[in-house]
Amino acid sequence: MAEEVLLKISGLTVAVEGKQILNGVDLTVNRGEVHAIMGPNGSGKSTLANSLMGHPRYAITGGSVLFKGEDILGLAPDERARRGMFLAFQYPTGIPGVTMVNFLRQAMKAVRGQDVPVREFREKLLATMKLLKMDEQFARRYVNEGFSGGEKKRAEILQMGILNPDLAVMDETDSGLDIDALRTVAEGVNALTTPKLGVVLITHYQRLLNYIKPQFVHILYQGRMIHSGGPELALQLESEGYDPVIEKYGRVLAATGEKA
Amino acid sequence: MVAKITPKIAEQDGYKFGFNDNDNATYTYRTEKGLSEDVVREISRVKEEPQWMTDFRVKSYHHFLEKPMPTGFWGGSIQNYDLDFNDIYYFARASDRAERDWSDVPEYIKDTFDKLGIPEAEKKFLAGVGAQYDSEVVYHSIREDLEKLGVIFVDTDSAVRDYPEIVRQYLGTIVPPADNKFAALNSAVWSGGSFVYVPAGVKVDIPLQAYFRINKENMGQFERTLIIAEEGSYVHYVEGCTAPTYSTDSLHSAVVEIIIKKGARVRYTTIQNWSNNVFNLVTKRAAAYQDAVMEWVDGNLGSRLTMKYPSVYLMEPGAHGEILSLAMAGNGQHQDAGGKVVHVAPDTTSTIISKSVSKGTGRTSYRGALKVYPGAVRSKSTVRCDALLLDKESRSDTYPLMEIEEEQVNIGHEASVSKVGEDQLFYLQSRGISEVEATKMIVNGFVEPIVKELPMEYAVELNRLIELQMEGAVG
Repeated sequence: MAEEVLLKISGLTVAVEGKQILNGVDLTVNRGEVHAIMGPNGSGKSTLANSLMGHPRYAITGGSVLFKGEDILGLAPDERARRGMFLAFQYPTGIPGVTMVNFLRQAMKAVRGQDVPVREFREKLLATMKLLKMDEQFARRYVNEGFSGGEKKRAEILQMGILNPDLAVMDETDSGLDIDALRTVAEGVNALTTPKLGVVLITHYQRLLNYIKPQFVHILYQGRMIHSGGPELALQLESEGYDPVIEKYGRVLAATGEKA
Repeated sequence: MVAKITPKIAEQDGYKFGFNDNDNATYTYRTEKGLSEDVVREISRVKEEPQWMTDFRVKSYHHFLEKPMPTGFWGGSIQNYDLDFNDIYYFARASDRAERDWSDVPEYIKDTFDKLGIPEAEKKFLAGVGAQYDSEVVYHSIREDLEKLGVIFVDTDSAVRDYPEIVRQYLGTIVPPADNKFAALNSAVWSGGSFVYVPAGVKVDIPLQAYFRINKENMGQFERTLIIAEEGSYVHYVEGCTAPTYSTDSLHSAVVEIIIKKGARVRYTTIQNWSNNVFNLVTKRAAAYQDAVMEWVDGNLGSRLTMKYPSVYLMEPGAHGEILSLAMAGNGQHQDAGGKVVHVAPDTTSTIISKSVSKGTGRTSYRGALKVYPGAVRSKSTVRCDALLLDKESRSDTYPLMEIEEEQVNIGHEASVSKVGEDQLFYLQSRGISEVEATKMIVNGFVEPIVKELPMEYAVELNRLIELQMEGAVG
């Protein structure tokens, strides 16, 4: 790979409806790496995910985000997607009347910037659906309409497989899944992982990390990355909870005189 | 057939028509501007009609004079528009319209034809330029097959001449001339429209398209259509097309009457896309008898103001009525559309589904009426209307009128108004789809339940037309 660094977030601050949520986030993701971002509810995990993709409701108030060396903060979400970013949504939105197959074809065409031969698209679609243990009929359903929680998450990974991004941000992909569905989704993600792909896994619980192994684990709290470590950090959180890390962070803050 | 397009309207709609009144065109015959009993008699005389039709017209003309502008049950208020009945030509020999020059047709209409991929000959036909059209040949062979089955499919003027007894028996029985001011006007000055008669037990397996009925009276300003489906028969009639129908006429007021006898089924599909200067005020009504089924699929695009509420009167037990209404209003347009169902008999059922899309300053209104007469026990009706607003200035209103005079009924009504959601756009955009493409997808998805009911070629064209509208290429 010519470029090692895929994503470089520096001092990112974000406000939602006038309320500051992210207070200076730093994160660097290289190709081939899997980073888990964990944190208690309300710490800003979903805000980070949505901001990276450019949701209009999230106002960037400071900092920078470089993707493949390019500042992307001024780009529309579709422009970011065409450069190779992907967000697996925590709550995928329904699009009534639009079939999955039509949607996926348009998306694939848009991301490639050129028409996709029907045959190639079809083969890719069927293969990816098979990988995710999805019925062929699924492609005829309307996007996220009447999908169960598990179907929604599978559909997100299906899109990831078809769009073949360089960076996949997965926002609480494990939420709402039973253990079998979790395993299928995780196996799907693992099968789609390539050396060129960088992954940012956002999760509240450790259980997803039993299936998708991160090299790095970060803890987001009150809009800041307060601690980073290896996979062992996730296990430590699993047994001890977030409190010890947060307490330690509080002591550091007190020592430096900064307010949380 | 040429009415004044005031420059004011043209400017307001953002189009330069490049002409105003087509006064320079040569007409072999045209009545004087405005309406009088003399004009009405003159129309009948020129058409060489029998006395009963002349009387029908004259009587209707007097109803027109007496009737106030419609309000309430019939439709919305049109008092706010500068509709001047005296500034309209009510009849011209339609062949003259064929002499309109292609260069008179506004560029935006031509552009749309190009974008829709309409063949050259068809373009000219749609623009009212040149009445010759390749499908004439197609139509002739279809007509021969139909004739063998006893099906009559002609323009209504020909029907008055060739099938006077049937026309006389049914004309004005479903929409009487005194029904409303515009029905009276149509009855007085009508020209063209289709006459369809399907004998008992005959199922017409191809849609009858007004398209094929190539006739100089085809694109009338005051069309009169009459369809009679005898017992156990079936017919699907399709009028209009998705391409913008360019017209210099500023007032279009059609009347459609349908009679569906025991066990018969009629489907009537309309896709209309008038140019932006047109007032489109239409009365469409069907009477369904025992176990008969009436289905209206009504798509309205374009025009300045459309008021159209296809209606079904469920006259005998077991009758079923279905209305699918689709309206799209762009800048400066108002689509006042919906449907009406009247349950007269017991065990009758109906469904109304309305979908409307407003873009820019466009306004859509759903106007529905549901009436259940005393004694129409076990009537069942479902009404669902959904509106989609694309812009901040877009507007949509709902006027559901219900008069339920029977206790033992089952009525459901659901309405929704939604904006193209930020979250929906973000979701699609996050997959690389541009905002414009995403909006098109959302709108096409929204109208999908109606579009899927259309014949394939219409569905494809309609989707493309919606896409063009979303791009702002079409008014």
